[in-house]
Amino acid sequence: MSEHERGPQPIAGGASVAEPTFADVNRDVLATLRTPGNVYFAWMCVVGLILTCGILAWTYQIFYGMGAAGKRTPQMWAMYITTFVFWIGIGHAGTLISAVLYLFRARWRTSIYRAAEAMTIFAVLTAGLFPLIHAGRMWFAYFLLPYPNQRYLWPNFKSPLVWDVFAISTYLSISTVFFIVGLVPDIAALRDASTGWRRRVYAMLALGWEGTDRQWRHYRRAYGLFAALATPLVLSVHSVVSWDFAMALVPGWHSTLFAPFFVDGAIFSGFAMVLVLIIPMRHFFGLHAYIRDRHLDAMAKLILVTGLVLTYFYICELFTSWYSGDHFEKASLFWRLTGTYWWALGTMYFCNCIAPLILFWKWARTNTVVLYVVSILVLIGMWFERFNIIVPSLAHAFYPAAWGIYVPTITDSTIIVGSFAWFFILFLGFIKLMPSLSIVEVKETLPAPVKDPRHAGHH
Amino acid sequence: MPATTETILGVFAYVDTTVRALEELKAKGYHDLTVYTPVPVHEIEDVVERDRPVSKVRLFTLLGGLTGLASGWILTAWTSMKWGLIVGGKPAIGFPVSPPYVVIMFELMILFGGIATLIGMVSLGRLPMFRPSPAYDPRFTHDRFGVAVHCTPDRAASVREILRHAGAEEIRP
Repeated sequence: MSEHERGPQPIAGGASVAEPTFADVNRDVLATLRTPGNVYFAWMCVVGLILTCGILAWTYQIFYGMGAAGKRTPQMWAMYITTFVFWIGIGHAGTLISAVLYLFRARWRTSIYRAAEAMTIFAVLTAGLFPLIHAGRMWFAYFLLPYPNQRYLWPNFKSPLVWDVFAISTYLSISTVFFIVGLVPDIAALRDASTGWRRRVYAMLALGWEGTDRQWRHYRRAYGLFAALATPLVLSVHSVVSWDFAMALVPGWHSTLFAPFFVDGAIFSGFAMVLVLIIPMRHFFGLHAYIRDRHLDAMAKLILVTGLVLTYFYICELFTSWYSGDHFEKASLFWRLTGTYWWALGTMYFCNCIAPLILFWKWARTNTVVLYVVSILVLIGMWFERFNIIVPSLAHAFYPAAWGIYVPTITDSTIIVGSFAWFFILFLGFIKLMPSLSIVEVKETLPAPVKDPRHAGHH
Repeated sequence: MPATTETILGVFAYVDTTVRALEELKAKGYHDLTVYTPVPVHEIEDVVERDRPVSKVRLFTLLGGLTGLASGWILTAWTSMKWGLIVGGKPAIGFPVSPPYVVIMFELMILFGGIATLIGMVSLGRLPMFRPSPAYDPRFTHDRFGVAVHCTPDRAASVREILRHAGAEEIRP
């Protein structure tokens, strides 16, 4: 096995790269943590600048009031809740990859799951900002939590908004636990490969992990249980978010279709975001030996499937509105198709239903340019999906005297662009501080080193 | 007092040689072993876990989940007794549970179950360890496998012989 001893060199294209060995995995993952170059710092500066603009805009909104964000009845939810739901949706792919695909033993997940999990946590952290921004007086946010106070007031547990607080807090906690537990053996590997103060920091974070049989035994069992707990959680969180709408009586929202519809859309947009992050990561870190074309192909197939399911849901939505015979429901639908925001609906149909169809062709599923363009379109489409649910429905509800359209302002647009910068700055920081590829799980999918190959193969 | 046990460490480069050493040691009656692996390997687990019960972590998960379920029920029921928000003339506390409260109970079940699993994993795995164990070698997170045998000093020579025979590339001390 001379290839194994030589070790693979990451080759662009990644078509015919030899299987890496255990030592190669450590070397290549550690290489991603080297002191970054100018390109990295340039990106950090750009992202930091945009984030600063977002923070300034929020400061202005706090000072001036919610009118700065274009909030006028009936458009009280507008872009903040749109973007909130968008980010929660992005946060679904990570736990889907790490929990659901773990239970299904889909081995292609191993090389992408760490980056996807980090993406999940950062996306939920970004989403978590929006209820605060949206609430205006965010210093009263603790009112949402059930705590004993002198007025004996408790949150209304019958309200979907309170369910949402519980669902998202649980999701953030469990995703973070899952992420940190997965990191422990990898940080132990970093500890053993580093020196000086880094070694002391990593030693603390690794909790003294040594990879003994006792540790692995409980670790493996616990990991399976985390996956089993996280799987229903992933499905429940976006269902609960969808009930923020579906439990209300507003035409266009009041539908039992919403829970599966939202979950599917979340997975769809989450995978698009994974591709947006993974493709440059693979390019800049030279990880072609680990993130191969078949990984991109598998993710593209998932985007295609969830996109087709989403198209089906769109058709169902149109059909049930029409078939309901409900006057307000039909009027709301007709206005959404032909009224002020028809272009938003058109953008959504194009980006979510038409654009992913190119992934039926295999060359497109492995072509990074095509994948990148499709992923960006999907993200745009999914943002507009939430916009189309929230804004046109509120604009044209029951009572003509209460109709009203929403126009974005510079303040709220800047805050939303700033939220993307916040997400990317967290991700850029993460890939240089922690292994963005799981050392242990990548090794698990490689053939274990054997002296006598005759006994191998029953693995 | 002189140490009554000694730890002999064999470092292996291959899975099959590690398995051979483990089989040999078990056959000769050495059961106080610590195996170090960079990744969990089925072949090694098959030998090591053969006569052990399943990890107790799942008990932690079960108890945590049930605690969460119960706390969700108690929190929602107790607070709606304190401050009744009657909707549609329905009772403040349904039997066995009001449908809207199922969501809170479910989320708390997952949350408590997950945290209990974490506690179980950390405490059963004897983490955090503040000092590395004497037999530990940094190569065990890289690409080497280790078998540490804890035995009385008079049997050390025979352990070394077993490890060498199985194909250890290094034996300490």
